[in-house]
Amino acid sequence: MRIGDAKQTYEADEAIWTSPTQKFWFALFLLALLVFPLMANAYLLYLGCLVGIAVISTTGLNILTGFTGLISLGQAGFMGVGGYTVAWFSLNTGLPFPVTLLLAGLLAAAVGILVGLPSLRVKGLYLAIATLAASVFLHFIFAEWESVTGGMGGLSLEPAHLFGVTFQSDFRMYFIIVPLAVLMVFAARNVFRTRIGRAFIAIRDRDISAEILGIDLLRYKLMSFALSSFYAGVAGGLFAYFYRVVTPESFPLSMSIFYLAAVIVGGMGNLLGGILGAAFMTLIPEILKLLTAALTPFYPNAPVFMSPMLEIIFGALIVGFLIFEPHGLAEIWHRIRRFFSLWPFRN
Amino acid sequence: MVFMAGLDYFVCGSGHWPDVYDNNNNHNLLVCEAKTERSWLCFLVPGVRGGILSILEISNLSLSFGGVKALQDVSFRVPENTITTVIGPNGAGKTSLFNCISGFYKPQQGTIRYQGEVLAGVKPPARAAMGLARTFQNIALFRGMTVLDNIKLGAHVHMKSGLLSSLAYFGAARREEMAVRREVERHIIDFLEIDHIRRQPVASLSYGLQKRVELARALAMRPKVLMLDEPVAGMNREEKEDMARFILDIREEWDVTVLMVEHDMGMVMDISDHIAVLNFGQVITEGLPADVQNNPEVIKAYLGNSDMDSLRKKLNPQREVA
Repeated sequence: MRIGDAKQTYEADEAIWTSPTQKFWFALFLLALLVFPLMANAYLLYLGCLVGIAVISTTGLNILTGFTGLISLGQAGFMGVGGYTVAWFSLNTGLPFPVTLLLAGLLAAAVGILVGLPSLRVKGLYLAIATLAASVFLHFIFAEWESVTGGMGGLSLEPAHLFGVTFQSDFRMYFIIVPLAVLMVFAARNVFRTRIGRAFIAIRDRDISAEILGIDLLRYKLMSFALSSFYAGVAGGLFAYFYRVVTPESFPLSMSIFYLAAVIVGGMGNLLGGILGAAFMTLIPEILKLLTAALTPFYPNAPVFMSPMLEIIFGALIVGFLIFEPHGLAEIWHRIRRFFSLWPFRN
Repeated sequence: MVFMAGLDYFVCGSGHWPDVYDNNNNHNLLVCEAKTERSWLCFLVPGVRGGILSILEISNLSLSFGGVKALQDVSFRVPENTITTVIGPNGAGKTSLFNCISGFYKPQQGTIRYQGEVLAGVKPPARAAMGLARTFQNIALFRGMTVLDNIKLGAHVHMKSGLLSSLAYFGAARREEMAVRREVERHIIDFLEIDHIRRQPVASLSYGLQKRVELARALAMRPKVLMLDEPVAGMNREEKEDMARFILDIREEWDVTVLMVEHDMGMVMDISDHIAVLNFGQVITEGLPADVQNNPEVIKAYLGNSDMDSLRKKLNPQREVA
């Protein structure tokens, strides 16, 4: 049972971490993130980087779809804009990675604002189709604007660099991706402590009354699109540095659906949900593959049966979560937390 | 019964009408004696006031949806610092009128003047910034937010922090958030007695409390004109009394003009300074509560026509011919 956490000031009351216990666990988590690359093998490191990129992009989509209520199937397209921006600038200008990543985010945000323009008029599935169209359009540009994007062959780029340090290995990339992911999740958390975050949620819950209460719908919808695609652009840029090649096929439509699924499975309108969803969606296919490998000594035919089954099991897991935990993985987490903070009482 | 400072004496209840008018020039207190069997009660009620300055002036307003004429040539004015109530049967156009004032509907004809300024062409968010705040008939709270966040949202138009400072939650953005929190806590949450629920999600609250949170959110907009769309609908007697007291206190302490739509005639007659009656999109009459109450047109609109002959004629015109 957590007691005695009365606050003296409003600042303390509105802090992100309101108790020493929370601070302790978070510090431990950060320490784990720091130690992880030192202990992990190449495969785990690779997965760690992928989860980091997915967390950034999912958080972005969560801002747009989960918090502002605007369904978007354009996330892969925005990531593509970021990826190509990073590739082009690092090939043509040799700028260091913080600059190229910022440019990737800003350019993606600009494209996001353009794509978001119909959102004032269309909502729900109609908006999903509008963003889908934008994503197809972007894909077409990636494939056809050969002088800039290199066409179907795409672009290969040099490793990220800063002050003479090059980040050519997964180990080094981890130290760009993960701190950036932590930083960007915190920035998103901050937005939802201020008037802008409240405006987003108000638009999601009741857009008409939000307007009458003084929220300029177009401005805030576009701001949400811009912020969301900025996150996607940075994630796409990291993706480019991580694989060091971008092609039109690096950012397929299924990737947009992947992130939408991550937001929904994790918990719409919940930043922690976005993180959990991103980790779930990235890791479950890998865990299923490991399971298959573990079964092979006992059932030599396991890969033959299991490999087509993987997708089905993955899909079934998603459906299962939607049915049994409609509020997402974040709700499971909250239940566990409630249990410990109320212990020894039940509720 | 709670007697609040700033409010003279007021007891809310239905069934007693203002009887004796003692109109002081300045403060305009009405002495009212209960007419009912509870005549041992003698009340002092804040009474008719304002009169000269109109904060809101509606002239010749017409609004139609296709063939349906929601409002026809509606004209009335809201004197400053009064409680003005719009009454009328269901479908009379009261909420449409509110939506026109909020800027959600665009009337085909007529003008709305607010503090002497014509509102046509001013977008709803700008109207909110000018001091036109409102609550909604079918509670429009944001279910994904706590009570506190809902109320803070009302202060949105008076805040300035941009996206970048919000992302960092540092400096100006942080100070502004804290200032709003302080203001909301000290002036609104305390005043409306909702401090025990400030952390709760609004979806978990009772109907009466949700209405109160909606009022709190409207107050956070720092209104000059507070538009309340059926503030006591669906409430029990005690909740109604609380709400009536809050409305009177708000007018007194916040220096706000209240424009209200309400069906509870007891409350309307008790606390209104000025009443406008709408029926089928037209203003039938306006004036003091007592005048409106005895107006035969109003009685007809509410209770229907008691003249059976004219009703027969209306229902079956052929028989007349035959």
